Amino acid sequence: MPVGVKDIVATRGVPTTAGSRILEGWRPPYDATVVERMRAAGLVMLGKTNLDEFAMGSSTEYSAYGPTYNPWDLTRIPGGSGGGSAAALAAYEAPLTVGTDTGGSIRQPGAVTGTVGAKPTYGGTSRYGLVAFSSSLDTPGPCARTVEDAALLHAVLAGHDPRDSTSIPQPVPDVVGAARLGATGDLTGVRLGLVREFGAEGAEPGVMAAFRDGLDALTKLGAEVVEVSCPHFQYALPAYYLIAPSECSSNLARFDGVRYGLRVGDDGQKAIEEVMSLTREAGFGPEVKRRVIIGTYALSSGYYDAYYGQAQKVRTLITRDFTAAFEQVDVLVSPTTPFVAFPLGSRTSDPYQMYLADLYTIPTNLYGGPAISVPCGLSEGLPVGFQIMAPTLADDRMYRVAAALESAVGTLTPGELS
Amino acid sequence: MTVTLPPYDEVVARYEPVIGLETHVELGTKTKMFCGCPIDFGGQPNTRICPVCLGLPGSLPVANKAAIEATIRIGLALNCTIATWSRFARKNYFYPDMPKNYQISQYDEPLCVDGWLDVEVEGEIVRIGIERVHLEEDTGKTQHVGGATGRIHGATESLVDYNRAGIPLVEIVTKPVPGTGALAPIVARAYVTELRDVIRSLGVSDVRMEQGSLRCDVNTSLSLPGEPWGTRTETKNVNSLRSVERAVRSEILRQAAVLDAGGKIKQETRHLHEETGDTRPGRSKETATDYRYFPEPDLVPLAPDPAWVASLKEALPELPRVHRKRLQTDWGLSDLDMRSVVNAGAVELIEETIAAGASPRAPASGGWASWPAAPTRPASSWSRWVPRPRRWPSCSAWSTRASSTTSWPAPYWRA
Repeated sequence: MPVGVKDIVATRGVPTTAGSRILEGWRPPYDATVVERMRAAGLVMLGKTNLDEFAMGSSTEYSAYGPTYNPWDLTRIPGGSGGGSAAALAAYEAPLTVGTDTGGSIRQPGAVTGTVGAKPTYGGTSRYGLVAFSSSLDTPGPCARTVEDAALLHAVLAGHDPRDSTSIPQPVPDVVGAARLGATGDLTGVRLGLVREFGAEGAEPGVMAAFRDGLDALTKLGAEVVEVSCPHFQYALPAYYLIAPSECSSNLARFDGVRYGLRVGDDGQKAIEEVMSLTREAGFGPEVKRRVIIGTYALSSGYYDAYYGQAQKVRTLITRDFTAAFEQVDVLVSPTTPFVAFPLGSRTSDPYQMYLADLYTIPTNLYGGPAISVPCGLSEGLPVGFQIMAPTLADDRMYRVAAALESAVGTLTPGELS
Repeated sequence: MTVTLPPYDEVVARYEPVIGLETHVELGTKTKMFCGCPIDFGGQPNTRICPVCLGLPGSLPVANKAAIEATIRIGLALNCTIATWSRFARKNYFYPDMPKNYQISQYDEPLCVDGWLDVEVEGEIVRIGIERVHLEEDTGKTQHVGGATGRIHGATESLVDYNRAGIPLVEIVTKPVPGTGALAPIVARAYVTELRDVIRSLGVSDVRMEQGSLRCDVNTSLSLPGEPWGTRTETKNVNSLRSVERAVRSEILRQAAVLDAGGKIKQETRHLHEETGDTRPGRSKETATDYRYFPEPDLVPLAPDPAWVASLKEALPELPRVHRKRLQTDWGLSDLDMRSVVNAGAVELIEETIAAGASPRAPASGGWASWPAAPTRPASSWSRWVPRPRRWPSCSAWSTRASSTTSWPAPYWRA
């Protein structure tokens, strides 16, 4: 079984660029744990898939190696950062792919390409070998065309890894069994939580309509819908855009041209600081630089408490919102992303418009729980994703509900390919 | 500019020195702080490295439990409170000998806080407050070649060896020590000596200053009696006990000369010059890097089990000062005689000699205390001293680390 691997995951002897010029030509001397597990299960690496540079972006337009196009409409983006992994599935170029999700990078591309993308519980899959973007958020996970396929790959990738200190030393929930159970189409007694605060944010009407259809389908299978309040979700986006850039500013410091990757300006005359600076100037793209600068600022002495410290408090409050919500419901549901695949170039000039793509996916990353995106219909002829969020370590729950939805609405295939 | 320095006695009669010491100790664990690379000195450059200590993309640190245990034992020996919750933090700055361009260290949540170490100076006990004891990783080493001096100026290339990168390093920071007056340099030296002996007795490091496994930064300031403490300077990487004393003394003299001339002390880092014994400015602290510390997200917080800490405390060896007290009683020496033995660095030697069969009464009868003058003894008396143990000192628990040099090997590895 061939598997595509997002090019931010280290593969022994095979170039791993993280979508950046600064790592051009770098061949890791080791495999990431998820790749090791994949290979041990008999899966073959098909190739590396494109992404926004260092997984920072929601459209794959920030890849230093050019954009990836959406198989549903080649003038539109395939989502990001894992646009390559999602597009390869939608275009039937790969049956399975591995992605990483820091703020929605598995789920949002899944949503806009009509494929399935699952972010496991943080610590459920090992980060060892993932070129780090934001260490406290990065989570590798499966991308597939069906929920059961995603669950099967999830089961291969997940499990405790002593090389990652944040890996959870607990058994992996039976995600495959849960997906198969869900596929029987019975959700009697399952309580779905609708986050009140998400309603106010206003997804596109077509996206909301498809989401409502999905919700109706689940209700018909016996699920019960309960509205819950998560008052701090409105602060998730700003908190995320302090925490992730802060961690990235530190994680990306190692790319300095001294040990590996690109080196610019080493003419025997310039001081090391100049070479480092020229290398980083030439090697990093605009979005990466923006986040490194934001993060450097947020961690600076005198600003730390107001920015990074405050964002961490918000994170705690969001976690409490999730915990309280899961006392009332089994899973939370929402559209995966507020809009369908947008045209290439339409949001790159305004970072905030780009960041909005992850409005519904980011809270889960701050909390650490699992979430999955599964297709629920079309809007303007383009796929819409349905997001299911579960409590930490209850990855099986989301697979059950996702498989039930899939059994009701079916899978999606781009027109030209079907 | 030549400054005439005032006489030392006259300076310390007018100014009150305050000192503070930051000591770094490389632990003698089998493996590095965050990876499985062996710690053994003398290996070819860049042969004790792996993706983790090289900071390769995607690699992650895993904390070495033995290093955490050693740090807690040092904290306990220094009468510290052991934190029930402690975290590693990233200290961010760019330097080519630091593989990740951040150092995993500890910031506001160190493992051990608020202790003390009693130091004996001229028969008096001086209690040195310990601010904190924390754990971090060492950096690699840079070598500048092609220049005349081995320094960066004039060098044609710089080489980095990452064998040392990631070796566990314990930092021990004292509280400011006021009130030692003219004795400040001697107190500083006595503290580092006692600290070294304590750590050696714990068997967690070979604490060799000349090899860099114990390194010291010395803070000094002067103020007029009754006035607030003056601006401090930090003299870096003082690499012998003698230099600790010299660094304090020379800073006292230099600062007094500046103050006497109506000048102000700049808060800065200085370096001790071994040949001349004076200090010269390094980088200015006012423009120091903002390290942008934040909790290390790749590691989970440490929460040492109080029962485990208690068992470590229970198992601490007899500490040097207590040990010396016991020997003094056993040997029947006066305070003055014992001090002479200690100052001569002869305690271990005498212990071993007695262990080898010599009578402890013989020293009590007057010989041991004057041991430094022993060469004047008749040759025959020496025969009783042999066989002197070949390994000196012989405490086998000290270290399994190679005794080979940590100094830079010949540059043949450049090819």
